[in-house]
This record gives sequence, structure tokens and C-alpha cells, in this order.
Amino acid sequence: MTSEGPVGTAGWVEQALREHDENVDSAGHVHRGSPQPLPGTVREELVLERIDRARRARPRVREDRITMSHGAGGKATQTLIEAVFLDAFRNPLLEPLEDAARLHVNGAPVAMTTDSYVVSPLFFPGGDIGDLAVNGTVNDLSMAGAVPLYLSAGFILEEGFPLADLLRITESMRNAAARAGVQVVTGDTKVVQKGKADGCYINTAGVGIIEHGRSLGVAQARPGDAILVSGPIGDHGVTIMLARGELDIEADVVSDTAPLNSLVASLLDQVTGVRALRDATRGGVATILNEVATAAGVGVLVTEDDIPVRAEVRGAAELLGIDPMYVACEGRMVAIVEGSAAEQALAVLRAHPDGGQAAIIGRVTAEPPGVVQLRTSFGGTRIVDLLVGDPLPRIC
Amino acid sequence: MRFVDEFRDSDKAHALAAKIVGLCEPGRQYKLMEVCGGHTHTIYKHGLEDYLPEQITLVHGPGCPVCVIPMGRVDDAMALASQPDVIMTSFGDMMRVPGSNGSFFDAKARGTDIRMVYSPLDSLKIARQNPDKQVIFMAIGFETTAPSTAMTVLRAAAEGLDNFSIFCNHVTIIPAIKAILDSPDLRLDGFIGPGHVSTVIGCRPYEFIARDYGKPVVVAGFEPLDILQSIYLLMLQLSRQESVVQNQYSRVVPWDGNVVALRAIGQTMQLRPYFEWRGLGFISHSALKVRDEYAKYDAEHLFDVPGVRVADPKACQCGEVLKGVLKPWECKVFGTACTPETPIGTCMVSPEGACAAYYNYGRLTRQRVKEATTS
Repeated sequence: MTSEGPVGTAGWVEQALREHDENVDSAGHVHRGSPQPLPGTVREELVLERIDRARRARPRVREDRITMSHGAGGKATQTLIEAVFLDAFRNPLLEPLEDAARLHVNGAPVAMTTDSYVVSPLFFPGGDIGDLAVNGTVNDLSMAGAVPLYLSAGFILEEGFPLADLLRITESMRNAAARAGVQVVTGDTKVVQKGKADGCYINTAGVGIIEHGRSLGVAQARPGDAILVSGPIGDHGVTIMLARGELDIEADVVSDTAPLNSLVASLLDQVTGVRALRDATRGGVATILNEVATAAGVGVLVTEDDIPVRAEVRGAAELLGIDPMYVACEGRMVAIVEGSAAEQALAVLRAHPDGGQAAIIGRVTAEPPGVVQLRTSFGGTRIVDLLVGDPLPRIC
Repeated sequence: MRFVDEFRDSDKAHALAAKIVGLCEPGRQYKLMEVCGGHTHTIYKHGLEDYLPEQITLVHGPGCPVCVIPMGRVDDAMALASQPDVIMTSFGDMMRVPGSNGSFFDAKARGTDIRMVYSPLDSLKIARQNPDKQVIFMAIGFETTAPSTAMTVLRAAAEGLDNFSIFCNHVTIIPAIKAILDSPDLRLDGFIGPGHVSTVIGCRPYEFIARDYGKPVVVAGFEPLDILQSIYLLMLQLSRQESVVQNQYSRVVPWDGNVVALRAIGQTMQLRPYFEWRGLGFISHSALKVRDEYAKYDAEHLFDVPGVRVADPKACQCGEVLKGVLKPWECKVFGTACTPETPIGTCMVSPEGACAAYYNYGRLTRQRVKEATTS
């Protein structure tokens, strides 16, 4: 390397700066090199407003190819969904972007959802891709307040995949379906050449009936509401990270994969003030809380000490420099409940075998809208934002 | 959790915070720099600034290993990675660092074989498994990670591996601190010294800061109480008009450093005459290259490295942020053109960078936080 060589510029940077200048000019009140310096706090407020505007701007995918970040559940995933899929298929049923769509078939309220499963490894402590594929879709229906009834199962199999493994997967799907009280009523099989897939991928879709007639959704959250989780968070994600065997860390953790329909049924039967339910899968609890804050235009304030995290999960996350708030669960949900019903909801969840360690972790606030804040165990306060991509381990 | 919770005790934090307030001279503003990005991350992750009086400002220094890699170096690495039969390995947080043509993640999406590793030794495993490929490890970091790269080169030599090399981008912390101290617009009162780097180099190398520049240095650990106690120790020195080097992180940092690690670095690497840092420009004797005796493990020797140079965008004020002249949000493009999704400047790249930490964790003024949490 020499210091005399030609110096280039980065095209994408120039592009980003041009767009920035256009936005700033059209917004009117931020000019470079303002002659009258404003007091620090006022200037900071102006900058924060400018960021809020930038964050509300129409999402656009800047990359010209799909990267792993687009599948990680954070900002990149959200941008891809809004800029590509929502843009292409836009309709009022899709627009809420909830876990399941709420439809009416001959006047009866029905929920419908679909999900694909590409987990690696296929078998891990506490479960496998089979029960994940059933539980995930059962849970997406349950979060819409629906009673899950029927599932489809589509398999994409790689040439050479051991039949014994396939039998093991279908058996755990059968058991999971029996536990959740649903039937797999239709399916599809495709086989692709060796190297074109990673063993076995599964897609399931599901339908269920909405019996409670209540319209659940994160946009319903109001200041004063309580935020609950149904149990310790991050077990599934940490289990998978360790099961890949790349980290040489051993810990006594198993996936939390479980159907939540029975837990949801007790909650909706006994508590009238439930506003929204979300299962905290990809992107973890932090992502759900951000969806609440954005969709309802409210603030969210959670207390780190109140969030249940197993010591093993905390330890592994601490070693890897990852925050359990962003780690996926496959059998835990976040419930937004009217403040006056919080204690009752907690009691109902705790009385159920799948919610024994449920906890109230925080509340919805009026200010600042769209922002999730965490009161840390240490006694400070910070923002909990969406992740940009996968949680990456820090090097030191 | 033992050995962690003890260092996050809020009662002790309140007690320390009260002592810190007691040491502030009325009307005086204090600017303390935490050199290391790991400290920046801790400060924001735990909301440590909530404990500090308005008079104390923390300035986030240059010690974020991925933030200081210039775009041209990323382009060079990408040129290496895209040669036929090459596998590039990299630490996770390097994956998103942008070059002029995107990041490693983007290159991976275009089909370049770039793999994330947790230790440089994992690269040797990949080299053994792929004897028909050349495996290049993208070596980055300060003296903290240099020993593990050095050990990997020594291990490769001992095994006689001939399909492994490193693209060495290791940098050294002292020249960067000196560059900041020599900057004419500097207004710093003291330094929170980098804990991890010091486990390797010890505390002696900082003595010139206290002696020649009259600024106190406290080498600090990475838990929030470590940092708060270090701020207290700095304030105590300032109140007594002293400037010495203290070791708060004595449970890990030996005063003379880690002799074995230093020897491994010395055996395999030597100083470069100069190296470009993002945001800070060229700094002499501030980076390491592979020694000639180990040239067969040096990707810069084995391959044709284009030596790309990309100018830092003019709008980017990272240099001012790194020196504490500007707060992150005072940069003109902060949070609009430059965000963690599309970082233009160095400080927005890694969660350890000052701007990214502020954007992700701190974005609200103290006033707004107070209103929200008491309402």
C-alpha cells in the first residue's frame, strides 16, 4: 500500500449523500452550517426529529442482491417485506403484517398463516425441524386469537437425505400436531439435486377459527397497558447456536419449542383486557416490542431485572456478546394487556403449565412514540432498537 | 450470575456517582475519553451516563477495531477473496464493514467464499479441510487480537500448512492515542485506558500520557462498575491536580503485560512505516505486518494486493467525533444519510463505534428519558 496512489470514491456513499441533501432541503429547516448556533439541547432535539423523519421515509432495499441480513428478522427483513412483498401484494388484509391474516369466510372469522422452516441442525436438544414446523404455525394462528384447526405440510428434500431422518421428522410432526389438537390435511413433496438444499426444508400453512371475536393486534396498544412474557426468553436461539457446534461452548439448554394455543385459550377465556399477542420468534422480544411501539405510535418501557432469562442462556449470550432480548424463542409469547388486567393475566398465565415463569416486564407509555426503552439492571436507561441484521459476535 | 452481577450493582453505582459529583469543581466542564470501543458499548448498553453529572462528558475514542479499517483496505480484502480458489475467513463484526463496493456480506451474496470464524485457529481447520484452496484470514484488531493471529501463524508454521495466510490489518493503540493528543483542537481532561489491550501491553506504555501531556490515565475493566470507578479515580486525580497511570482492572491486567503474547507478536510481526486509519488518516508506525521470515503466511506477499485507496467522504465528520470535538449527533449526516444500516462513517459501523452506540442505545436526550421514565 502506498500513500501516493490514486484515491477513489465510493459510489454508494455519494448516492446516499445526494438523497440526504434532497430530503433535508425538502424538509426545510435543516441547513448546513447554520449561522446562528442554537443551544445544544434544542439542536439535539432537531437532529432527533430529523432521524424520526428519516426512519418514517418509504422503505427501499439498497442492496442489489439478497444478503443473510434480509432473513434475520431485523431492519433489513422489515425493509424487504415492506418494499418488495407488501408493495407487490398490498391489500387491507395483508397490511397489518400480523402473524396471521384475519379473514371472513361466509361471515365466519378465520385466521390464516404460513411459515417455512430451514433450521440447521435439523435435530437439536429439545426438538427438531418437525415439531418446530407444527408449533410455529399453530402459534402464529394462536397469536391472532384463533383456534388452530388444519395445517398443510410441504417438504423440499435434498437428494440423498436419509429416510430414517425423514421418518423421525414426520413422527415428531405427528406428535406435535396431536399435542396442539390440529390435523395435517394436505401436503406436497419436492426433491432437489444434491447441493441445491440443506437436507430438508418444510413449509406449513394453517387455518383456524376466531371464536373470541376480539380484534387483537399490536396497533391496539395504549399508554398504561402492561407488557408480559410467558416465560424465560432466548432458550431456542441459544440452543441452536450451541447445537451448531462452532462455538465449543456447552450449556444445559434445550429449545423452548411448544404450541401456545392452550395457553392463549386460557388467557382469552379468563381475561378481557388482552390487546395483542405475539410469539417472540426471529428477532426476539426486542423486535416485538419495537413493532408495538411503531404500530401503535406509543413508547414502550421495560425493566431488565423483570425479564426472565435462564442463567445458562444469559451466560452463553454474555460470552458471545449477544443480547438475549434479540434471541429467538419458539414457545414464548409477548402479551399486551390493559393495565387494570395485568395482575389477573399474570395469574392466569402462571397457573397454566406452559406459563409457569410468566412475568410482567414493562408498560406502554405515551412518550416518546415509536421508541422502546430499557431500564437496565445497572440503573441506567437505554434504547432497544431493531437489529440491523443477525446479531454478530463482537471480537473483543 | 456470579462474577457478572457483582459488577452491575446499582447501589454501589449510586454511591460512586455521589462521590463523583462531590469531586466536580463548580463551573468546570470535564471531558474524559474512553479509548476502547468495548467501553463505549458498555457505557451505552447499561445506560451508565445516567449516573454522571452534566459537567462530565464521555468522549468515545478510536479503539474500535473494525471502525478504523479504511474502505480501501476492505476493497483490497475483497479483491483477495474474489481470486479463484480462495476462501476468506473473518470475524463476525467485520462482515458488515462497507468498502466502496459493499461489505463482505454483499460479496458473499455475490458468490465470494467468505466465512465467519470465531477464532483465527478455526481458519486453520478450514485450510486442513480444503487442501486445494487457499485460506486467507482477515486479521484485524489492536494488540488484543494480534496475539491470537500470531499464535495461528506459528501453529500453521509448525504444522507445515502451505495453503493458509493472513491479510494483516492489526493496528497498535499508542500511536492513535498520540495522534489524538497531538491534535490542536483537543480538549480532553483524562483517559479511561483500554482494558483488553492492556492485558497484552500492560500499563507502562501509557506513562508518557501522564508524564508528557499531564493527563491522568486509568486502565479500566469492562463492567459498568469498573468504568464508573475509573471515572471516580480520574476525577480524584484531577481534583488533586495529579496525572499518573492507575490500573483499575488489576484482576486481569498485569502492570508489565503478557510477555508470552508480546513475544509471539514480536516473533511473527513487525511495525509498518505507516498505515491509514479511517477518520484519522495516515499514522506512522501504527500498524503491524507479517515479518519477512513468515512471508509464506503473508497474503500481501503471496497475492497481488491492489492497494486501493478510497477517500473518506467529505460529509463524514468521524475524525472530529473520534477526537471529541463533536458529539455523534452533531455530525451533519448522523442518523439520516449515515445509519447502522448504511454506515458512511467509521463510527457508525460496529456496535462499538461511538455513533452506532449512540444511535442504537442512546438516541434520546437525558431530559426526554427523564420525562418518559417518570411519567
